[in-house]
This record gives sequence, structure tokens and C-alpha cells, in this order.
Amino acid sequence: MNFGHYVLKRLALFFIVILGVITVTFVISHMVPADPVGAILGENAPQELVEKTERMLGLHLPLHEQYFRTLKGAFTLNFGVSLRTQNPVTVDLRNYFPATLELITFAMLIAIVFGIALGIIAAVKRNRWPDTVSRIFSLIGISMPAFWLGLLIILVLYFKLGLLPAGGRLAPFITPPPTVTGMYTIDSLLAGQFSTFWNALYHLLGPALVLGWIQTAYIGRVTRSSMLEILNEEYIRTARVKGLNERTVILRHAFKNASITVITMIGISFGFLLEGSVLTETVFGYPGLGRYSVNSFLSLDLNAVVGSVTLIAICYATANLIVDLLYGFLDPRVRY
Amino acid sequence: MLMNSKTKGFSGWKERHRSEISQFKEITFAAKKSKLTIAGLCIVLGLVVIALLAPFIAPYDPVQMDLGNRLQAPTMTHWMGTDELGRDIMSRVIFGTGLALKIMVIVLLIDLPLGVFLGIMAGYFGGWFDEMIMRIADTFMAFPRLVLAMAIGAALGPSLVNTMIAIAVTLWPTYARLARGETLSIKERTFIEAEKAVGTPTWRILFSNILPLCSSTTIVRATLDMGNVIRIAAGMSFIGLGAQSPTPEWGLMVSTGRDFLVNQWWVPTFPGLAILITVFGFNLLGDGIRDISDPHLRRGD
Repeated sequence: MNFGHYVLKRLALFFIVILGVITVTFVISHMVPADPVGAILGENAPQELVEKTERMLGLHLPLHEQYFRTLKGAFTLNFGVSLRTQNPVTVDLRNYFPATLELITFAMLIAIVFGIALGIIAAVKRNRWPDTVSRIFSLIGISMPAFWLGLLIILVLYFKLGLLPAGGRLAPFITPPPTVTGMYTIDSLLAGQFSTFWNALYHLLGPALVLGWIQTAYIGRVTRSSMLEILNEEYIRTARVKGLNERTVILRHAFKNASITVITMIGISFGFLLEGSVLTETVFGYPGLGRYSVNSFLSLDLNAVVGSVTLIAICYATANLIVDLLYGFLDPRVRY
Repeated sequence: MLMNSKTKGFSGWKERHRSEISQFKEITFAAKKSKLTIAGLCIVLGLVVIALLAPFIAPYDPVQMDLGNRLQAPTMTHWMGTDELGRDIMSRVIFGTGLALKIMVIVLLIDLPLGVFLGIMAGYFGGWFDEMIMRIADTFMAFPRLVLAMAIGAALGPSLVNTMIAIAVTLWPTYARLARGETLSIKERTFIEAEKAVGTPTWRILFSNILPLCSSTTIVRATLDMGNVIRIAAGMSFIGLGAQSPTPEWGLMVSTGRDFLVNQWWVPTFPGLAILITVFGFNLLGDGIRDISDPHLRRGD
């Protein structure tokens, strides 16, 4: 199969999956015992108000019409109005999504730097103490409940040492930079407001540390195992026999080849980070997509649930798509 | 042990199972060499013992309130202190062990058979059935696990049973995919052809020839998921979509303890530590089992 065919096949699969995602989200949100209108209005709400709200949500329509409404909404990016915030869901998502993207990117940078370093050291010093230490560190990271680590970081770095700011994205007296991407760090740089940039970065630090550690663990493990595999190859021995110094052998010859797997892992981590951001944002009071979706789950805010879950799943599926295409491009054996 | 008429005592049994015995010896040898696996095994066994003996070793009743002793710091009478209602935190943590393990076991007992069954059927029969099952699996795998579980948990209403259902819904595709892949390669082998030729019914081929061969990979995979299930369940309870008060569930305890973080650090700290140690133990064990069961990795060490 040539690469063009592979791309087409993979894209078709992607659209089927997206359709499935919207369907599953619809089933979850519309065919369940929970009573969304009651949850928003309270049990003693007057009958007219209940009916009005039901009409607004389209709950009076037969199920299949509700389904087509949801499908149409998802493809035209119009999920209706959130009952909790009273804004169109799309507007809310546009506000909250860049915040999460910014957090995830920052956490990913931390994880890539530390994870790769940790993985290479572990593989080179295999079965000696640096390997054991890094393995335990990784396993603790993978086992760490994000919400609890977040609480500990808040306790130590905010309350005890005063090194971190209280929640949010910026200090209360700073006005956000003019919106271009919605990511405060980038927007403030574009507007030339450096103090705002530092403040935004400072607010990212806590949640990014939590997400970054957990992700460091995953990337470190993958780097270690793919480095080990490659260090056993003949050409590494050849490189050493040739008299290259160890540094060149490890970084130029071994890591360059191991990095294909690591790139894949970075793509997959995107999904883990999205997932981790849900709990982390809640703990840190960081106004991103994760906290928005949790609040909409808790208040059974139907339109917001459909909107945020669909957006998260689409991001996740897109990351997987990019990884698959990249992998298919780099390693022709995958395109079977 | 059921004796076959052909066997002559223990030596006969030993003779017939020679390959299994040597394999078992090899595995125990590999496990003994890996200290981390042994450590994981010890943690997990310790947790099981704590869970089983909880009523005998917990010093207090986990839901008994004692408002005169609210928010006591750890002392000799309350080793982990007391919470906002004067309940002994150590007793609650001890009783929470059984709960965490129970959730994990139930979820895997639902999911493993379900996923493996669907995977084997899809792999063996192929065609539209395979296509359908795999596309459904793809769809479920397109959601981050925790987000899907939380959405389902919210829709069904917050309770422990619904938490288990929600996690179970997110987990089966992994096993279905694995079992399908294994089945695809097994069904091409000669001995399956032979079984078909002598007219063995399809369900017997599925259950007595294919199932045993793909169970090991899926079980290894399941041990890697054990810690994850416990962590997701705790996360859901933390958010408020899982266990409800006064259940001694660790995630819930961390969540209520959040309000006392600054002045009574012990309230959220100990239950969280319990989650960490438990998940860590299962991950160590799962990792070790994976390494041992993968001959490729074993040879490398």
C-alpha cells in the first residue's frame, strides 16, 4: 500500500470514529436516568419554566430528531446554550480550550526534556542504580493520583513556602493580553507585554509541574526501552569499534533512531495530558476545558457536556491520527 | 487433583506436565531475580491481607463519629489523626483498602471475559461482525478513559456501582483488540485446520483451543490495568461522581480533606498516600509480570 492510500484509509477511519464519538456522547447525555432539567432548576420549579427549558434543550422532540440536532450541531460547531453559564457552549469552549492547550504544551515541554534525559540515563546505566532510581521514579509518577499530588504541591509550594500563586491564569490586577490565540503566554509576547508573560508563566507552573511529572514518567519509560533495543544493534557496536566517543554513539547514533518511538509516545501523551488536565485543573482552580467539563458533568449541563466531551474526544482522535500518519510516513512497515 | 486412569501417581503426573513444570520454574526464577517484582508482590499481598482482616485490625469503627475529637493530629491513640467528624482516619484507610480492591476485581471480572469474548468472536468470524465490533472499540478508545468514565458516571448518577459500570465501559476495547489480534494468528495454524477437518463444533474450537492461547496476553494486560482502575475510581470519587459520604473511599476522603489541607494536613494526606502505595504496588507487579512473560525482554536482561 502506498502512502497516499494509507492516508485516505486512515482519514476514513477517523471520520467513522468521530461519528461514533458524537453518537456515544449523545447516548450518554440523552438516554440516561439523570434529570438534567431538574438538576438545573431544582425540584420545585414551576411547570411552565420546566417546559420552557425542555423546549430550549429540544428535550420535547422524539429521540431521533434530538440525535440529528446533535449531529448537525456538532458539524456546524453549534452546541446550543449552556444552562449553567448562559453562554453559547461554543463561546465557552473558545475561552477555555486555549487555556488547556497552553497548560498541556507547557507540561509536555517539561516532560520531553526530563523524560528523554531520564530514559537515556536509565538505558545507558542499565541495571545499575541510576536505572533502578529512574524506574522507581517513573513508576511513582505513573501511580501518582494527579489530584493528590496537586494538593501536596499547593500545600508545600503555596501555603508553606509561598513560591506559587493562588489559582487562575493571571494575577487579579493584570488585564489579559489582547486575544489572538487565547493562550496568554503567546498573546502577551505578541503584544510585547513581558510582565504579563511572566505572570502567565508563573501561574502555569503548579499545574504544569503535576502534569509534567506524570508525563515525564511515561516518556522516560518509552525512551528507556527503545534505547535498550537499539543499543543491542550491530551498528552501535560498529560505531564503538570505529572509535567514536560514547557521547556521539549514544546521542547521534542510538537516540536518533530511538526517537521515532519517542515521537509516537509524545503524540499519545497528548491524550494522557488531556485526561490529566481534568483533575489537575480542578485542584488548581485553573479555568480550562477540564474544569469546564467537570462542572458541566456535575451540574448535568447537557449542551456543555456534549460540547466539551466531543471536543476532547476529537482532540484525542486527531492526536492519534497525526501519530499514525507520522508513523506510517517514517516506518513503511506500518502501512499494511 | 483429578487423576487420569493412565497416570501412575505423582511421577506420572510430573512426567506428563514436564514442560509446564519447567516453564513454572523458569518463571519463578525470573521473578526471584527481579527485586522490584517481588516488592510489588509483597505490597499487593499485604494489601489483600489488610483488606481481609480489616474488621480485626482497624482500631475504630470507620463511620463512627466522635465530635469531641474532631481534627485531632496524629497521636498514639489515633495514628493518622481524626477527620472533621472525629472519625479515625487510619480505620477509614484500612477499610478503604478492601473497597479499592473490590472495585478493581469487579471491573476486571466484568471486562476481561466480555472483551476477550467479543475479540475472539470478531477475530474468528471476521467480516461485518469483526468490522462492527472493532469500529465500536475504536470509538470507545477515542475518548480519554477518565473523561468517558466521568461522563457516564455523571449521567447514571453518582454511586459506587455506577462508577464500576462507567470504568468497565471504557476498558473492554483493549482486551477485545488484543484477543482479536491473537485469534487472527491462531486461527491460521494447522491444528485449528485439523480440528475443523475432524468436525469439532465451532464453539468448542473457540473455547477449548483459542481461548486458552489468547488468555495469557490479555491477563498480562489486565494486571497492567489494575492500578489504573483503582486510580480512575479514586479520581471519580474525588470529583464527586463516585462513592458518597460516609463510605470510607480514599478519593472521597482526599476530596473532603481538601478543606483542611492547610491546618490539618493529615486529613487528605494519608488517604492519598494509600492510593499512591496501592497503585504503585500493582504497577510494580504488573510491570514485572509483563517483563517475565515477554521472552524477548527476558532474554535481554
